[in-house]
Amino acid sequence: MSFYEVVRFALRGLSANKLRSALTMLGILIGVAAVILLVAVGNGSAKAVSDRIEALGTNTVTVMSTGRGGSSSTALTKDMADALVDPVLAPDVKSVSPVVSSSSTVTYEGTDHDVSSFVGTTPGWFAASNTPVGQGAAFTADDEAQGRRVVVIGQTVAEELFPGVDPIDKQVTVGGALFTVIGVLEEKSSTGFQDANDTAVAPLTAVRQVLTGYGSLNSILVEAKDPDKVDAVQSEVSTILNQKMNVTTGSSTTPYRIQNASQLLETQTETADTFTTLLGAVAAISLLVGGIGITNIMLVTVTERTREIGIRKALGAPRRVILTQFLIEATLLSVIGGALGVAAALIGSNFEIVGVKPVIVPSSVGLALGVSIAIGLFFGGLPASRAARLRPIDALRYE
Amino acid sequence: MTRPVLDVRDLKKIYGQGEATVHALRGVNLTVERGDYVAIMGSSGSGKSTLMNILGALDIPSSGTYLLDGVDVSRLGDRQLALARNRLIGFIFQAFNLIPRTSAVANVELPLAYAGVKPKERRRRAMAALDIVGLAERAKHEPNQLSGGQQQRVAVARALVTEPALLLADEPTGNLDTRSTEDVLNVFDQLSAAGRTIVLITHEPEVGDRAKRLIRLVDGDIVADVRQSPIHRPPVGAFSGGRHAQ
Repeated sequence: MSFYEVVRFALRGLSANKLRSALTMLGILIGVAAVILLVAVGNGSAKAVSDRIEALGTNTVTVMSTGRGGSSSTALTKDMADALVDPVLAPDVKSVSPVVSSSSTVTYEGTDHDVSSFVGTTPGWFAASNTPVGQGAAFTADDEAQGRRVVVIGQTVAEELFPGVDPIDKQVTVGGALFTVIGVLEEKSSTGFQDANDTAVAPLTAVRQVLTGYGSLNSILVEAKDPDKVDAVQSEVSTILNQKMNVTTGSSTTPYRIQNASQLLETQTETADTFTTLLGAVAAISLLVGGIGITNIMLVTVTERTREIGIRKALGAPRRVILTQFLIEATLLSVIGGALGVAAALIGSNFEIVGVKPVIVPSSVGLALGVSIAIGLFFGGLPASRAARLRPIDALRYE
Repeated sequence: MTRPVLDVRDLKKIYGQGEATVHALRGVNLTVERGDYVAIMGSSGSGKSTLMNILGALDIPSSGTYLLDGVDVSRLGDRQLALARNRLIGFIFQAFNLIPRTSAVANVELPLAYAGVKPKERRRRAMAALDIVGLAERAKHEPNQLSGGQQQRVAVARALVTEPALLLADEPTGNLDTRSTEDVLNVFDQLSAAGRTIVLITHEPEVGDRAKRLIRLVDGDIVADVRQSPIHRPPVGAFSGGRHAQ
């Protein structure tokens, strides 16, 4: 009996039970699609996180005080920030931006908005922190020197205070003082839970005068001349700061902490990897459950047809032909179901899922397909071979 | 003298072990010549179904020899057994055992497919077999669209389509009403008249009466073996219905 004939038998067997065949395929489809999509979502969110961190700029280091309560010995001062601009001791530093920030309420014509991060800094900050101004202009070094009360606001602030109105040249009240809006920041993607667009940036001098007072700085943003020089900048900065803050060489604790964007990227990537592993584990479980579904249906299919196997054997079907027929049926079910699952996952990955654009991992497609087909073949083939080995009379009596 | 189609020597079948041992067959000896029409009768538990399953190569005996058309079936491997079932035996079951959701003609074609006959030839022979049992016009119907008698006639067509040396029928009329029984028995009569060898088991006397030879089985032993009409003549009931005459 030719292979082609056995394939026709298998097709006839499948079409004789259209609903059951369709449901089996649906089970496989869902299992495969779930695995591919879950891994794609995990991968997509990891990619989104690393994209955002790269957008923050990888050629900067941030100096922060580790001291609590702003005691004078651990505080970062404007003086230290100025000392970092030193072509001899710190040749790789491109710009230094001292940063103070606080939350404050901005008012425009009776509308209040609490800005979570009201930043006072120098003009160099916009470039260093990768925060371009979309509309209007950033403040200048002259604005900073003169302590002019001008402010550049984030998208969220603009939407809250100036719905449908051009915010440029409007006056807002911050901490009892009037500030003139001179620009709106470009929309930024948010990292984590904080809204990166809920911000306002004003000259350091003005913010200190009005909001924070002349105490310590929150942080100093140091930009390197080249992304490769970040590590050099980090050591240069720590040398100068150690000198300034009288830290003994070799001391293990410093009153400041230097955060490196590429280090941040590394940690975040690790986090994202953990996240992907977690989703992968969930996906693996769903594949397992899908596999048990396939197993169940295959077992039922073959058990239900043990009688048919008995009839076929009584009519003189060799064991090999019966086994081949059932294996082809199982293969067709799992291959077609798996292929449809891959198609469903590919279609599904075009849509955003819980705010994440899924990115398909090719190996997950292979894995999901491989596992579902292997399970289909094994659990379709095993009971079929058991039934084919039965004496016809036992298969016929099987209930 | 031609060799017998069936030659059974001291056939025993024992189920279970120890205390629970059941001797279904206690040494049956039986020879059936070509062209004979044998009915085996017996009450339930007499071992007739066990004998039938062994004769049909569906079950294996505990001991004894069984020559089918000169081939020792008890010594065959799986592959040869499949071949023997396909070429030498046509089996008709009490419960018809057609493959569900598959048309009558496809059911009849099945043994030919396993024999490796080409599709065109297969279809032609299957239609011819359906014609013999008078169901050619029902070829496209699925089993659940046919009456019990019609299903059993499809099963008969399936059994004879490979032109086997032996037709075995296990209570072929057990699930049928009187009219359908008559239809099926007429088919058997014609097949016998056409020279086919038929062995059937039954517990209905009117079925046994039409056979050429009647064997009674009690508790796994043959207790009576009566020739009711000569081998080379048509059986008593043949042509009484006449409608399926070849």
